[in-house]
Amino acid sequence: MIKVENIHKSFGSTQVLNGISSCFDKGKTNLIIGQSGSGKTVFLKCLLGLFQPDQGRIIYNNQDYSEMDEDQQTQLRQEMGMVFQGSALFDSMTVIENVMFPLRMFTNLTREEMKDRAAMVLQRVNLVDADNKLPSEISGGMQKRVAIARAIVNQPKYLFCDEPNSGLDPKTAIVIDNLIQEITKEYDITTVINTHDMNSVMEIGEKILFLKDGLKAWEGTNEEIFRTDNKTVTDFVYSSDLFKKVREVYLKK
Amino acid sequence: MVYLENIGRYFIMLREVFSRATKWPMLKNLILKDIDDLIYGSLGIIIFISFFIGGVVSIQTALNINNPLIPKYLVGFTTRQSVILEFAPTFTSIIMAGKVGSYITSSIGTMRVTEQIDALEVMGINSLNYLVLPKIVALMLYPFVIAIAMYMGILGGWMAAVFGGYSTSAQFIQGLQIDFNTFHVIYAFLKTIVFAFLLATIPSFYGYYMKGGALEVGKASTSSFVWTSVAIIIANYLLTQLLLG
Repeated sequence: MIKVENIHKSFGSTQVLNGISSCFDKGKTNLIIGQSGSGKTVFLKCLLGLFQPDQGRIIYNNQDYSEMDEDQQTQLRQEMGMVFQGSALFDSMTVIENVMFPLRMFTNLTREEMKDRAAMVLQRVNLVDADNKLPSEISGGMQKRVAIARAIVNQPKYLFCDEPNSGLDPKTAIVIDNLIQEITKEYDITTVINTHDMNSVMEIGEKILFLKDGLKAWEGTNEEIFRTDNKTVTDFVYSSDLFKKVREVYLKK
Repeated sequence: MVYLENIGRYFIMLREVFSRATKWPMLKNLILKDIDDLIYGSLGIIIFISFFIGGVVSIQTALNINNPLIPKYLVGFTTRQSVILEFAPTFTSIIMAGKVGSYITSSIGTMRVTEQIDALEVMGINSLNYLVLPKIVALMLYPFVIAIAMYMGILGGWMAAVFGGYSTSAQFIQGLQIDFNTFHVIYAFLKTIVFAFLLATIPSFYGYYMKGGALEVGKASTSSFVWTSVAIIIANYLLTQLLLG
């Protein structure tokens, strides 16, 4: 579980996050949504420890990040997996080497054991026959799978995803969404996803945090988002006619 | 102010480079890869340039000796001194600032743009130690490259002098041996080690702290070449004053 209390973050005179509080539960897919410039990425980077909040606390399983020493912070980061928007695979390494990377860095497994575990995880994300290919030789969807495999290979407690569907076709996007949700349940981890994709919101948003101008504008589940009358949320989520109709059908039911 | 800020950030970067070390088996592989990329990969161009520079120095010296009272062995002597003291260590390092420096800046810069550095940081890895330390260690072999450059430069000078008819082989070799001071070679290698450190760290600094996209990677590579060259030239002056002055 990750608990966030009154997070503030500014860059120069620009206030990006303005007192955000929330709680992300274990075993659930937690989504952060909002317009571009609403502070989603900065918020996610604060959760990852890449940015230090100016004010407020981030608590990982009852441990306050700001009170941890450097070793504890490093240890915590080893318990995190991250899927970047552009996958961020190491382009000089093959697919299997990318997946083995966290194991090589943080475990004392033999090369064979590492290979076995990496192969198992690649199989879990339904990626076969790509072990020895370079990231540049595989498709965007496959790169996302490799990034997910790399993120979960060391059995993290927390999984963060930044726009995991960006640049993917709708079918692949749904596959990736479902994969993340399945892995969240299977490994019982706390997953936080930063997304623009309304399909993801409807499909896997067990908890949704809506940010606007650095403030928490709304919080709820994917069921509640259909029923909310919060204009800020409805203007954003149901901006397309298609989603308006989906909502109408859902409410009639 | 920006220059001062960058100098400060450069030294803070160096402190980080030498803290929180990467696991040795991983570091060893990175060092070997960087030796291959930075040292072995540069040998061809270094050999080619040194050979012809040595030849040109030899010809220029010979053509400027008009006085019949000046002995012909001076061609060999001047070639040796020029190549060992300046052309091999300094001139080669400026070329390496272009070749190796821009490679380091663009490779680290691309990792920054594509969030690969963020990926390392998120995993709890000291990305500066992981990326920069292997390059520093690999470039500590740079004096060997310079030794080859010295040899090739003198060989080029000998071939130009002998086959161009500017002096005999015996005269040239006499010039190479006359007044030989071992400390000049030590001086050349000492400053080469300093240049190697600058070659590894300044381009890394420009790559690591770059912001933006592909265009900025190109700009960072240019800045890295300019400032590495400036640093090498200043270091060359200071070290010459300190060691020979």
